[in-house]
Amino acid sequence: MELLAVLSLPLLGFFLLALFGARRVAPELNISISLATFIAASLLAVRVARHGPILVLHDQFFVDAFNVFLVALTAFVGLTTAIFSRPYMRIEELHGRLTPRRLRLYHAMYQLFMAAMFLALLTNNMGLLWVAMEAATLSTVLLVSLYRTRASLEAAWKYFILCGVGIAQALFGTILLYFAAEKALGSEGMTALLWTHLNAVKGQLEPRVLGLAFVFLLVGYGTKVGLAPLHNWLPDAHAEGPTPVSAVLSGLLLNVALYAVIRCKVLVEGSIGVALPSRMLMGFGLLSAVLASFFLWRQRDIKRLFGYSSIEHMGIITFAFGLGGPIANFAALLHMTVHSLTKSSIFFTAGHASQASGTQQMDGIRGLLGTSPTIGWGLMLGSLAILGMPPFGVFSSEFLILTTAMREHPGTTPLLLIALGVAFAAIFSRVQPMVFGDKEAQPLPHSPALVPVFVHLALVLMLGIYMPPALAEWYRVAARLIG
Amino acid sequence: MRGITFIRQFGEVILAIAIAPLFAGWIAQCRAWMQSRSAPLVTQPYRMLRKLFSKDAALAETASPLFRITPYVLFGTMVLAAAIIPSLATDLPFARAADAIALIGLFATARVFLSLAAMDIGTGFGSMGARREMMIGFLAEPALLMVLFNASLLYGSTALPSLVDGYRAHPTIIDPSVIFAAVAFVMVLLAENARIPIDNPATHLELTMIHEAMLLEYSARHLALVEWASYLKLFNYACIGFALFVPWGIAIHGSDGGGVLALSIVALLGKLVVAGSALALIETLSAKLRIFRAPEFLAMAFLLAVLGLLVHLLLGVR
Amino acid sequence: MHLLHPFTVPVINVLNLLAACLLLLSFAMLSRRRTQRLITLFAWQGGILCLSTSLVAYSSGLHELYYSAALTLLLKVITLPLILRRLIYRLGAEWDSETMVNIPVTMLAGLMLVIFAFGLAQPISMMATTITRNMLGIALAVILLSFLMMITRRKAVTQVIGFLAMENGLFFAATSATYGMPMVIELGIALDVLVGVFILGLFFFQIREQFESLDLRNMENLKEE
Repeated sequence: MELLAVLSLPLLGFFLLALFGARRVAPELNISISLATFIAASLLAVRVARHGPILVLHDQFFVDAFNVFLVALTAFVGLTTAIFSRPYMRIEELHGRLTPRRLRLYHAMYQLFMAAMFLALLTNNMGLLWVAMEAATLSTVLLVSLYRTRASLEAAWKYFILCGVGIAQALFGTILLYFAAEKALGSEGMTALLWTHLNAVKGQLEPRVLGLAFVFLLVGYGTKVGLAPLHNWLPDAHAEGPTPVSAVLSGLLLNVALYAVIRCKVLVEGSIGVALPSRMLMGFGLLSAVLASFFLWRQRDIKRLFGYSSIEHMGIITFAFGLGGPIANFAALLHMTVHSLTKSSIFFTAGHASQASGTQQMDGIRGLLGTSPTIGWGLMLGSLAILGMPPFGVFSSEFLILTTAMREHPGTTPLLLIALGVAFAAIFSRVQPMVFGDKEAQPLPHSPALVPVFVHLALVLMLGIYMPPALAEWYRVAARLIG
Repeated sequence: MRGITFIRQFGEVILAIAIAPLFAGWIAQCRAWMQSRSAPLVTQPYRMLRKLFSKDAALAETASPLFRITPYVLFGTMVLAAAIIPSLATDLPFARAADAIALIGLFATARVFLSLAAMDIGTGFGSMGARREMMIGFLAEPALLMVLFNASLLYGSTALPSLVDGYRAHPTIIDPSVIFAAVAFVMVLLAENARIPIDNPATHLELTMIHEAMLLEYSARHLALVEWASYLKLFNYACIGFALFVPWGIAIHGSDGGGVLALSIVALLGKLVVAGSALALIETLSAKLRIFRAPEFLAMAFLLAVLGLLVHLLLGVR
Repeated sequence: MHLLHPFTVPVINVLNLLAACLLLLSFAMLSRRRTQRLITLFAWQGGILCLSTSLVAYSSGLHELYYSAALTLLLKVITLPLILRRLIYRLGAEWDSETMVNIPVTMLAGLMLVIFAFGLAQPISMMATTITRNMLGIALAVILLSFLMMITRRKAVTQVIGFLAMENGLFFAATSATYGMPMVIELGIALDVLVGVFILGLFFFQIREQFESLDLRNMENLKEE
């Protein structure tokens, strides 16, 4: 019941906003639909926490601790982003960068994007997972090019083509998976692609085919995660799209794509027995983290900077999943949560900061504390959090990952430390003059909604200091599922 | 028994010499129809040959004996090639001795002689044509070899008669690699016989001509022989194509009797008619390539043939 | 195992032949310069897919696959080429041709990709009956060749055709190697492709409005300095 609500509410929102998206009340409508979705998602989470995994509608949908946690997170960030985007988009409209028609497109596509992500998370069918991922790409392409400037069109084109090619590889991987599954499960009905069924017989699946399938699936979905060397689209799309879109891309879409990779990894590792998938995840993750941290130095655009930071963190999370084992998985899930929350709050403040300064170039943003202290503090605290300063949750997850890596694969620790250190120096040296420095920015024509920023940061802080036992238990169950 | 096969061999060569000009005439007629021009008679090549033979030959003062013997060498090699290729029957005494590689060697000999003769007089056009011809030949030969290897991979022999016999033994099986080989072969055929995407047999435009440039100094009976040799070359290529890709109707080893032979003659004529109109269609539909694009064209033929080999390795039926 | 692959020899033959044609068409696409020719070749590819799917449907007795074949016919032979043709007509890009990396080099690279694809499909031959191995190798080769086409082209429309050709390869893999994905998934994929093409159509107009050309060389500003 809650599950159906989670799936259908955003879809309903899409139709409503496609009709009324240009009206004055559209942002409020957007927020209320997101709120309803969030409530449904929370109820679903509570139910799964109490009664264990659910399988419904002829086994087509499947909820366990792993994905329900992501559903809740997605719904929550979706809600806060909707709240943030209300004043933000209004300011963009006042600046003349958007028209009511474009706003309608934005609102409708935002909900469609949420619907596609929920479908990807909740479906039990690997084929449907692919369809949903593709739908998520398609709905965000138009969001990235919303401003219709040269740069945004170029970014959207790159995004479409790169992710399109990537996702085609994933489809080939899915076909190979089906090819192997058919032999074990038979092609009757639609059972051969159901994850739960595959998981039950994973020992009988043909290892060679699954190994090949995993390579394609990892490359395919990995493109959407932003893993190097297929990360090119990510900084462009983040920098040129509207800020709320950057926030949901970084905070949610990357997670969902990684979720798809992990689901595949569980199947494949169960089948081939050797650690090939884990090794590949570790390799790609480490490469992304190190590469992205060095690219951070060369950035001038504030949103690009944090786009690269997202690549770095997705790399770290992927690496942690590659390490495997209860502790590393626990840390990876925790890092997914805190990264989503922190990164979206950073994008919120960065968006307002560039609105106030009239530019996204970091050289043009100065003295935020003087003009609007809340934005300045938000950016400062967010950056400190994402850099892994102690009281915040990012510190605990990174600490766990580092210690596990030290124990399991000591050779990787220096690389990880280099990535973290370089990223720290690069981001901190850029953020510091933007926040302090001389006053240059103008006050905003419309008061920003900064509640989401501080709610996110407070949650991250809380996860760093005190983790509620229920939540910890939940992570532990999910970590065990991933194995 | 042996006598019969020799008679058959002899008959085949005579037939080839006799109908090769007819084949060229048929292609010219089809082209004219397709381009809605008024068509010359099918027998036009014969008339031209007769006219040329009845004239007195003029030779350049600087011509060496090489220049003079080349037409005979050309004609001779092409007749020999016609004897090797199983156009009517596979049970031929000559065919046993020589396989496809030797056939390519024969064509190469003819090409070398023609090019040397073209340069012999020392005119600009002659050496230009010779250089171009050598370039095309240099590129077309490997492609043709690959096509033949393709076929020999299928049936385990490079001798054309055994290929045909092998093919006829498994008539239902069409190997996918044959498609690639066939396309590559048609491309080589067009290039080697100075047909349209590479060269235009019907023009004497200085800047583009290849084959015609080499014949400029020839006249009368020499020219007639050279022309006849090129008709024979086209005919031979067509027969190689039939042997490799559509060997139906060729009398195979061990089947004797006049009826079979008559049937195979009818089949050959039918195939020539179809192939001629197909060639004319290709020539009508395509535009002539600049000479610098010719290597591209032939490289594609070569790659297609190699691809055929690969596909055979992957998709091989047996 | 016998139940999974009840093809008789002639059916395998024809399927192999169609697979070879598909590969040949991919190479032809790689070597064509004119956009219009590419669309025609794309439609041909769709036709071959339709044929091979019906053949698999006929020989395996899975009636679902007839719907797939009909869907292919409708979408890839009729609708998409029509949309693309109208699109380039309205964009005035009918006679666009493009300068590319020289063709033999491209073809050579394509040949390498084919060898790579066949090699990659080889491990599967250990487990499968011959037919599936072959089909997967060819499908993978078609996918990689389309990928190569997307890399070597500079025009937006051609890149999209490359993208669609890649989807053809995927579809071929799905039908020939595994008797098609479940119907719902196939519908979903078809829907995604169709929507994707519509979005790209919109995109072309936006791109041309901003850049006054569909040449992607104009779109190389976003990179690390």
